[in-house]
Amino acid sequence: MKVMGKLLAATAMCSGTAAFAVDLEVSHWWTSGGEAAAVAKFAEALNERTEHNWVDGAIAGGGDTARPIMVSRIIGGDPMHAFQFNHGRQAEELIEAGLLLDLTDVAEAEGWFDIVNPPSLLEACTVDGRVYCAPVNIHSWQWMWLSDDAFEQAGIEVPSDWDGLVASAPALREAGIVPLAVGGQSWQQSGAFGVMAIALAGEEAWLAINRDKDVDVAGGEAYARVFEAFGNARDLAAGLNVSDWNQATNAVITGQAAAQIMGDWAQGEFAVAGQVAGEDYHCLPGLGVTGILDTGGDAFYFPVQDDPEVEAAQKELAALLLSPEVQVSFNSAKGSLPIRGDVDLGTVNDCTQKGLELLAAGQTLPSGNALLTPDTNQQVNDLMTEFWSDPSMTAAEAQERYVEIIANAD
Amino acid sequence: MALVQNGARAESAATRAKPPIRLFRNLMPKIASIPMIFTALVVFVGGTIWTIVYSFTSSGLLPRLDWAGLQQYERLWETRRWIVSIQNLAIYGICSLVLTLLLGFVLAALLDRKIRFEDAFRTIFLYPFALSFIVTGLIWQWILNPEFGIQGIVRGLGWESFNFDPLYNADIVMYGLLIAGLWQGTGLIMCIMLAGLRGIDEDIWKATRIDGIPTWKTYVFVIIPMMRPVFVTSVVLIASGIVKLYDLVVAMTAGGPGIASEVPAKYVMNNMFGGQNMGQGFAASTMMLLSVVIILVPWAYLEFGGRKRG
Repeated sequence: MKVMGKLLAATAMCSGTAAFAVDLEVSHWWTSGGEAAAVAKFAEALNERTEHNWVDGAIAGGGDTARPIMVSRIIGGDPMHAFQFNHGRQAEELIEAGLLLDLTDVAEAEGWFDIVNPPSLLEACTVDGRVYCAPVNIHSWQWMWLSDDAFEQAGIEVPSDWDGLVASAPALREAGIVPLAVGGQSWQQSGAFGVMAIALAGEEAWLAINRDKDVDVAGGEAYARVFEAFGNARDLAAGLNVSDWNQATNAVITGQAAAQIMGDWAQGEFAVAGQVAGEDYHCLPGLGVTGILDTGGDAFYFPVQDDPEVEAAQKELAALLLSPEVQVSFNSAKGSLPIRGDVDLGTVNDCTQKGLELLAAGQTLPSGNALLTPDTNQQVNDLMTEFWSDPSMTAAEAQERYVEIIANAD
Repeated sequence: MALVQNGARAESAATRAKPPIRLFRNLMPKIASIPMIFTALVVFVGGTIWTIVYSFTSSGLLPRLDWAGLQQYERLWETRRWIVSIQNLAIYGICSLVLTLLLGFVLAALLDRKIRFEDAFRTIFLYPFALSFIVTGLIWQWILNPEFGIQGIVRGLGWESFNFDPLYNADIVMYGLLIAGLWQGTGLIMCIMLAGLRGIDEDIWKATRIDGIPTWKTYVFVIIPMMRPVFVTSVVLIASGIVKLYDLVVAMTAGGPGIASEVPAKYVMNNMFGGQNMGQGFAASTMMLLSVVIILVPWAYLEFGGRKRG
């Protein structure tokens, strides 16, 4: 028996894969049609290319619902084997507390330091020189999606920037179309605000506030214009009662609404609905004003487990997530951009092409999640959603409170 | 009853022999209740003290003992969302308490009039209580949805201008939640009230009938005062449901539109886990505890403490 065991262990080491099949429970919040199709690619790759099994732990309701569940499971001593978080500071304290698996050896073996582009993604995973997460995709918020069908009904041209949309709003209203679709959840409103800030106030002002916590800029002229425009958007969005982002996207797909400011994950929904970029819908990076993308997205973290076999399996999964084939199949399905510059997505549509070009040109920014703590983000979300649903609140009032939040941020 | 008698007998036997040691009196029941006492001390009292202590720290995602003084409380009372949460809970609490008692009693009184199919009605009224708040919330979210629910149906019948969208109107969203809460909770209170009514001696009714007192007067001046313990039980049940209001909001509105239907328990949850700011969450939950203590302790003292002495 002993000899047998040693032989098995030797084979395992030689082939580089664990000989013992492990059920890996993976938690994520990818539940919309496009997202589910994408995550199935991960599951397929794990089930087919290794001996381990993917146990899907999807949590419906978006990140704000899923993250608390994941965190309480990890803190409570019942961790899953892998979980999805956004790039940034969300897992900071879990890493500091030693609850997450150090992936530095995997990163070195797989050469992550050379292939991950932009490098800021891997930096977001790194604490004190050790790597703790596997970035899987790049998502950026800076997109506006326009329904060709809606503009056709209203008898006008598809606009090419934000001002164009504002100008075409009366014609759209006349045709019974809601000019802008925004879901009722706070992160969507707050996200739209972020997009408008980068597009209308510019990269420098945005970085001054979010990175350097500059109160003067937050209370300044440029941001006053952003708040004005955001108040304007509030009026454009009146009349559509939806809650989830994909319901809002669906309103654009069906021509019920004309436009949506939403990250590139929305493209997955267009794809599932069989729509073609450039024919059925148009996309404007940076609202057609400032062509720059933030590099948010998702990364997988692996909670520390007692069992060395499980740990080996976790590391195998981490390496697999970044392998070229999986990167291509996953990102094509999800509508996101791959985190490695050396893979070819093959035939990509107009919108993804625009995104890839901006990425290659280095027109990128870190994401808000990477610069602000979850605490600050939550406060901003609360403010934006309050402003959004209370028409009696003025832009100046909102800006005043925004300045307070930035002043207290760390 | 039997236990008490046995105890009394044992006690008198002990008095005759030698002076009793108080601690060892009724030893078996005391041993039996040790686990419960232990649980109460460690889980409830211990947990409460722990929470209060950490509410004075700047704990983030994980509890850490770095003192921040009253900073968390200052921030809490400057946060608009917290203020809105408290106002919402007050509206919901008062309405829910009054209406649940009123509806519960009226339904019970109607059922008590020896109507036909009483069993069937009782089951219908009690049935919603078997559903969790999450399911209740989902059902009512659909019913109150302006496109598929009541508004959609009435408009479909021809009244085009009919407007009923409480969940999407910040001014009345709390009343939308209240409808669902009442639908779920009234049945239980009705059952308790019905049991109370059944406990009233038939002779009382006969006596009032002979005196020629109208039925409604009998209820208000005779029956309700007699049902005082039943009302106390009901109030305790309803009140505990109000303070922990959370899942109904999550299922129906997620705090929206905007922050119009936020409640304190949700503020605690969002800050502790969503915002990764435990200190803030603990400060908020300490305030919740404090308000419960301020309201409940004097009342419980009068209600339960007084009777023991009298």
